[in-house]
Amino acid sequence: MAAHRCSYSALLLIVCSLSVFSVADSQETTLAGDHHDTAVDDNPRTDTVTAEQTAEQPAVDQRRWEATEVEEATLDDADTDTRDSIPPETAVPSSVPHPKDDFQEELVIRPLHSGDIYASFQFRTLWETDFMRGNKVSHYRLFPKSLGQVISKFSVRELHISFTQGYWRTMQWGQPFQPSPPGAELWVWFQDSVTDVDGTWKELTNVLSGIFCASLNFIDSTNTVQPSASFKPLGIGNVTDHRFLRYAILPREIVCTENLTPWKKLLPCGSKAGLAVLLKSEKLFHSSFHSQAVHIRPVCQDWQCKTTSWELRQTLNVVFDLHTPGQGKREWSLFKMFSRTLTEACPLASSSKIYIDITDDPQGEQFEVSPATPLLSQAMVLGDRRTFSVYDLTQQLTFGTARSLNLLIRWKSSEGEMLRPLLHAERYVAGYGLQTGEIHTLMYNNHPYRSFPVLLLDSVPWYLRLYIHTLTVTSKGKDNKPSYIHYQPSKDRVRPHLLEMLVQLPPNSVTEVTVQFERALLKWTEYTPDPNHGFYVGSSVISSLVPSIVAMDTNSTQERPLFSSFFPCKEESSYFVRVYTEPLLVNLPTPDFSMPYNVICLTCTVVAVGYGSLYNLLTRSFQIEEPSPGLAKRIANVIRKMRGVPPL
Amino acid sequence: MAAPLTLLLIVAITVRAALYRSSLADLISERVEVVSPLTAWKRVVEGLALLDLGVSPYSGDVFHETPLIIYLFHFLVDYAEMTFILADVITAVALYLTVKDYNKQVFRKQKYALEADRYPLDCLELIRSPKEMFYIPLKVAMFYLLNPFTILSCVAKSTCGLNNAAIALFILSTVKGNVLLSAIFLSVATYQSIYPLTLCAAALLYLMQRQYIPVNFRRASFWWFIAQYAFMYLGSLFVIVCLSFFLLGSWDYLPSVYGFILSVPDLTPNIGLFWYFFAEMFEHFRLFFLCVFQINVFFYTIPLSIKLKEHPVFLIFMQLAVISIFKSYPTVGDIALYMAFLPVWSHLHRFLRNIFLVSCVLLACSALFPVLWHLWIYAGSANSNFYYAITLLFNVAQILLVSDYFYAFLRREHHLTYGLYLKRKDGSEATLVLK
Repeated sequence: MAAHRCSYSALLLIVCSLSVFSVADSQETTLAGDHHDTAVDDNPRTDTVTAEQTAEQPAVDQRRWEATEVEEATLDDADTDTRDSIPPETAVPSSVPHPKDDFQEELVIRPLHSGDIYASFQFRTLWETDFMRGNKVSHYRLFPKSLGQVISKFSVRELHISFTQGYWRTMQWGQPFQPSPPGAELWVWFQDSVTDVDGTWKELTNVLSGIFCASLNFIDSTNTVQPSASFKPLGIGNVTDHRFLRYAILPREIVCTENLTPWKKLLPCGSKAGLAVLLKSEKLFHSSFHSQAVHIRPVCQDWQCKTTSWELRQTLNVVFDLHTPGQGKREWSLFKMFSRTLTEACPLASSSKIYIDITDDPQGEQFEVSPATPLLSQAMVLGDRRTFSVYDLTQQLTFGTARSLNLLIRWKSSEGEMLRPLLHAERYVAGYGLQTGEIHTLMYNNHPYRSFPVLLLDSVPWYLRLYIHTLTVTSKGKDNKPSYIHYQPSKDRVRPHLLEMLVQLPPNSVTEVTVQFERALLKWTEYTPDPNHGFYVGSSVISSLVPSIVAMDTNSTQERPLFSSFFPCKEESSYFVRVYTEPLLVNLPTPDFSMPYNVICLTCTVVAVGYGSLYNLLTRSFQIEEPSPGLAKRIANVIRKMRGVPPL
Repeated sequence: MAAPLTLLLIVAITVRAALYRSSLADLISERVEVVSPLTAWKRVVEGLALLDLGVSPYSGDVFHETPLIIYLFHFLVDYAEMTFILADVITAVALYLTVKDYNKQVFRKQKYALEADRYPLDCLELIRSPKEMFYIPLKVAMFYLLNPFTILSCVAKSTCGLNNAAIALFILSTVKGNVLLSAIFLSVATYQSIYPLTLCAAALLYLMQRQYIPVNFRRASFWWFIAQYAFMYLGSLFVIVCLSFFLLGSWDYLPSVYGFILSVPDLTPNIGLFWYFFAEMFEHFRLFFLCVFQINVFFYTIPLSIKLKEHPVFLIFMQLAVISIFKSYPTVGDIALYMAFLPVWSHLHRFLRNIFLVSCVLLACSALFPVLWHLWIYAGSANSNFYYAITLLFNVAQILLVSDYFYAFLRREHHLTYGLYLKRKDGSEATLVLK
């Protein structure tokens, strides 16, 4: 099987290169590098590439060392120098297997069927170092020092943080490259040397809150959970003891410029050069969807995994709503979207590329991209084979005579069918009144013939008291018993509910998960300043291995040899997808905030009435009432007493 | 006498069974007046579901029943309706027997007093006749079984019915003079909801009276009896608590049940005084007021037992009323228990001052509870203050009711000693006042 796999991937490589080739050898290596970047899961291909290149290792190492010794100020010149001086086959440093640190940037643009444009930035910094060793890492070059210190101080093994404004509409836009829930999401795997995980987590959230200018300090035990199965480490290491995992979501968090600026500062070139010049906040936040994320994880440096390095991946996804029906003409350009054009790559980047997804438009019928590029690249993205036009910003050729790149796409027709995402989900609250309610989660399996299991994670705040005995899972009108349920009931004011379950979704079906809850009345100080706006409940997370679209196509008529297409290929048969549902907004009953004094007084009065009447009856005794003398008589008596005369 | 009681039981069971079958049952079981976070059947079911999932029911904050209840319903969950009907029947029969026995003693005492010429001559109209006392036990059973509060509580499957049964059995065994059973049932009632602890004073007074032990701090027999009772009470409490520990294998239930009762973290509206008060409380005064309010429930025990040391059954009534008014999560089921005793004091009616007003207020409030709840929670046209106002009024009415009965009781005792028609020094007709 392994041989088969290898031969297949090698074949694919050749097919790709043949389809592209009009350029020199150097570009071939670029292409191999592309595969490496875009299809990270695609191990065999990467392996072959790295295996081919290990021979060049020592020489390159030397060169990189030279490069780092150059003074910071002259770094740009030095880089161009090296680029000029090195032989053509190693001109693109992405093929360098063992750099001490390395930075890559790329932008993927995908025209969506709804007429919107999806732009996804990725910035990746790799650094071969060990933050966990005793000696402190003090010399930082490309890796941001603030994050490096966080990693070593809090013994973080993996850190994933995302800030999102808007909700990703899976049914209109397809699957995103990096899914993220509305608001802020943070999940961290700690090293197993950490003893007080909760304390470290608390400190870490406060520090990150400062780094990203976000309200992450609102993460406390009432919204932190430890998922048992949904979040596995994405980097190396297979310790999956979920005691070292913390997950929190702040659905109320509003993302804006003040979060973007610190995020941009983490980039080696800042927003001065490279793709990051496009990140102008007034354009980015004038969009339907905006999501920025930071992912830190340890990755293997070579295929034997002898040395590990840290990967920092900064991603930013935007969906621009450029479809204005009134204008009749639909077109967009880099300048229209970002009000900037590109003039250069980040000088520190080893690779800097723009990809445009032209899968839906192989013959150029639907839209037209200009300037045209001869470079094409194919990759498996989310179970689908996609074709991209590639613009390499490290090549001066790309910028043409105008010395600036302004990509332009002009639509020719608005037809076209989007392949429905195989898995998507939605959620809502049912019921009326402020006493009880019911959370409905709908999960759609759009695969025509294959069922697959999904992991559903729900973290519900304590003030919505879930009743787990009311949990029902139905698909196609029948009861669908989850094969695994992990439920942690909430503790008032201490921790939220955590519900995780493994559900098998039958093919072409809707699975409905319902659970009833009761709304609690809180203390008046526990309400938010706008209590009647409602309380947010974070998105539920659905993680699944979805059968891939390519594997769905059993009767492949594409240019695949017959011998390769009988058994469904294992790597491509399923792919990992994480889907986030909408966050919920739930109203709670509120007390009257204006009258704490009144309530205290009135209730105490009632208690005093009880106390007083009982006290009266307990301490006094019955006596015959003697009529009391009138006021005049009493005064007269007082006077008579003073005079020494006996009273009346 | 057995025939009317049987008929009453049949009627009561029929009414409950019919309501269980009707669509009202679901509606009633959601009512905050009828079920509290402590007693809701929904939460018992949740606890059982958690146990099935392999999660300790006390690890969350939904289940607050005692371990014995959860194990009881582990076996009886399919017969829950029958269990609750049975609990009501047991309570009613226990109260019936209690009052029957108590009336016999009252009558015997009255006979001795009459024979000893202890009553003033004009008090003959205060003397109770066996004829009017004959139907009182039946009335008590009827007041409990056909009280809408009890019926609602039973239909909602509020575990308050079980607590009431434990208390009723405790009263029965006390009145029958069975020291051991009295201690055991008192410990069961305490185990279920702490507050019945205050009933031990009344039980001690009654049992000592019955065994002719004088209430005198200098007498060894007095202390010996208290020690005996305390030993039996604490011993059985210890056994029950340890049994619960062995059933679950952890002490988690102690904070989850008793900590929950005492610290009132759940502010779900109910008919009591705690919820809105602590929802609106300033955070740094919370502990202080919590202590004040909780001490308030236990506080009346000592003065009441001193004042009513000759009348322990009336003391039990007073204590039950105080508990149901001032406890942290009261429900209508608690009120039904002390209201069942009202027919026993029917001879006090001539001394009650504002019974008409109070009963009108109680009736009006009971009707207004669901109305204002609807306006606040569903219609959104009222706010929490409306519901809170009704709970205040309801509690004031209860307090007035109880203090009125207390007043009437004391006044009758006064008249029995000093004569009914009191004269002033100058011979004119006198009025009695508290001084």
